Amino acid sequence: MSEQSKSISNPIYKEALTELLFQLADDDFIVAFRGSEWLGLAPHIEEDVAFSSISQDTMGHAAIFYKLLEDIGAGDMDYLAHARQAEDRRNSIMLEEVNGTGTYLSEPHFDWAFAVVRHYFYTQAKKIRIDSLKNSSYQPLAEAAVKVNMELYYHLLHWKTWFQELVKAGGEARERMEQAVKKVSSNLGDLFLLGDQSSNISSLGLIEGEEQIKQRWVATMTPVFENLQLQIPLTMEMEKGNGRIGQHTKDLEVALTTLSEVYNINPAANW
Amino acid sequence: MIKEQVRTALSFVKDPEIDSINILDLGMLHEIKLTNYEITILLLPTFMGCPALEIIKKNVESAVTKEVGDAFTINVEFIFHPPWTSDRITSKGREQLKKFGIAPPPKQMEKDGGWHVDCPYCGSTYTTLENIFGPTACRSILYCKSCKNPFEAMKPISTLM
Repeated sequence: MSEQSKSISNPIYKEALTELLFQLADDDFIVAFRGSEWLGLAPHIEEDVAFSSISQDTMGHAAIFYKLLEDIGAGDMDYLAHARQAEDRRNSIMLEEVNGTGTYLSEPHFDWAFAVVRHYFYTQAKKIRIDSLKNSSYQPLAEAAVKVNMELYYHLLHWKTWFQELVKAGGEARERMEQAVKKVSSNLGDLFLLGDQSSNISSLGLIEGEEQIKQRWVATMTPVFENLQLQIPLTMEMEKGNGRIGQHTKDLEVALTTLSEVYNINPAANW
Repeated sequence: MIKEQVRTALSFVKDPEIDSINILDLGMLHEIKLTNYEITILLLPTFMGCPALEIIKKNVESAVTKEVGDAFTINVEFIFHPPWTSDRITSKGREQLKKFGIAPPPKQMEKDGGWHVDCPYCGSTYTTLENIFGPTACRSILYCKSCKNPFEAMKPISTLM
């Protein structure tokens, strides 16, 4: 029996691993969907190319994590991505929030400052988690982290550039960025949480603990914020709830209905 | 030798989005496994979200069946360990990319993560990066200030990032 299958045969290990994989998969899945809604609406054409490419990569990362779930018997990966109800999802709440008022089909008044702040904060947190996952006790997850990390490098560079440039621009740009930082911070808390299985997830060496991940994020962000003379969000509230334990908003339900529309026409079809 | 036949078949499978280069020269082949009735081909995706993967899989299946006959069951699997890196592209592959107007990925990245490629059309080093992201996940958009042509380059991807 391989080291991996030995671990998986331990129900406590498997439960913790399953929980963590759902958090990783659901985060990337919904943030990639929100990113894809910007297609054709980004501030300029080069950004349209870049943002859609990043969203496509990110959907690919969600697919790796859903595949790892399928491999340990959690169910078919397409089902896991499309058919699970909102209360079964483990994504951080700030990732499900709508891009703005309207929809991408009608009257889309999306908020670019919010998009930049959300994606930058998330991508930096993802980078820290992926670095930690490279040392995960579950070898297939450690290997996936190596692959994801190479693509993530470009995403982080992209969002960090946007963040710094818009804040440095001053005037209305800076004001709107400051508002967006406040808005994202009011629901940033659960991004660093690991849900019901938190203590097992970290003690079994799947990923570092919640507090360490959060501290690393703050330590990485501090010089960026100081350099821009911005107040770094340290409170990290959860005004709308904790997505890691299945608390979600209407925004997620609407998103799931939209994104699974084609899947639901015929779940057995091979697209 | 069946494995040689499989390799020959794979040399006919092109990247669906860059039809001057085959998947061997792109460095996508990891291993060919052979049992009595089964051929398993392990491929490395360039980028995980690449929509061309399903097309490549189908093309591999039909190319290999054509070469070895239908006595074998053919499995094509994408794995991400070891990860595909842009230095897996062969020197022949690097030339074939240029024919398509795509600069091969830089062999070395600078310490700050920056990188530079020459123009695939005129060879000039006087180029600028327009967009790290391009029309496909693995490509970037650049501009040559000498011959005034926009061009693309394969993005450098390495485990050192």
